[in-house]
Amino acid sequence: MWRFIIPIGLFAALAAFLFVGLGRDKEWLPSPLIGKPAPVFELPRVDDPAQKISNREFAGRPYVLNIWGSWCVACREEHEVLLEIARRGEIPLIGLNWKDELPLAQRWLQALGNPYVVSAFDPEGNVGIDWGAYGAPETFLVDARGIIVYKYVSPLRIDVWEREFLTRIKQAGAKGE
Amino acid sequence: MKLLFATVAALLWMQLALAIDTAPAFDDPAQQARYERVIRELRCLVCRSETIADSNATLAADLRRQVREMMVAGKSDQEIFQHMVDRYGDYVLYKPPLVARTLLLWGAPILLLLGGGAIAAFVIARKSHLPDTDPADPGLGAS
Repeated sequence: MWRFIIPIGLFAALAAFLFVGLGRDKEWLPSPLIGKPAPVFELPRVDDPAQKISNREFAGRPYVLNIWGSWCVACREEHEVLLEIARRGEIPLIGLNWKDELPLAQRWLQALGNPYVVSAFDPEGNVGIDWGAYGAPETFLVDARGIIVYKYVSPLRIDVWEREFLTRIKQAGAKGE
Repeated sequence: MKLLFATVAALLWMQLALAIDTAPAFDDPAQQARYERVIRELRCLVCRSETIADSNATLAADLRRQVREMMVAGKSDQEIFQHMVDRYGDYVLYKPPLVARTLLLWGAPILLLLGGGAIAAFVIARKSHLPDTDPADPGLGAS
């Protein structure tokens, strides 16, 4: 009796572990920053590096921070979606130009169109690391209190925008913020 | 010919210099050893199954630079690891902390050892009670 139950039991336990592992998306890391205050930065602007931009200027209203770079193929893929979001004008899009070169970043915005109200230039990559970035594009939703409420890794799609971002923005708005 | 040889030798040498960590070593060998130990405990978030010591991803290079800068600033190992965990979560550590969520992970070797030991003890105890009457296998004593 036991000689059957033990191997079958062990097999079932192993299969259960592997099955759970199958369904997990290993590309997607949970961010420890969700529910925490957005890291403050002050960086040169991509359009005018003599001037600085800080996300403190956006305090008191929700905004979206999108990490991009001209080296990032997936950012090109999502660019149309960002332009569409900017056209709708529901929430300001701030760009964080991560580990890029200024002329390349400027050319990118001129050639493809600029969806951002402003882009901050982070060539060293330290601000991106502060935000827990590991691969562009990454998109964060920050609420009116300055708390990161959501993070999306990989190219944004309009259905993801409507489902994950817009519903959260509306919820925050309904709470009277 | 000599020039060609020298050029090839120089090129080969350059190849050797393209190690993953291109930053200059610390002057103090103890600091360098500490640096190498710390970067072997941190995961590269891009390549996942590599430490930032082994990875040549640009993010790994940036994280190595931050480790260096924090060491120069006099931060402790604990502060450096906490800096990384604040940004990337426990996943960045190659040695995950012992918390409720990782109990099974840390306990699994002990559980497997106990389970295997129990099964082995059970099988050995049962077999040692069996009379050794199999003519095809006279046992160790008979050989």
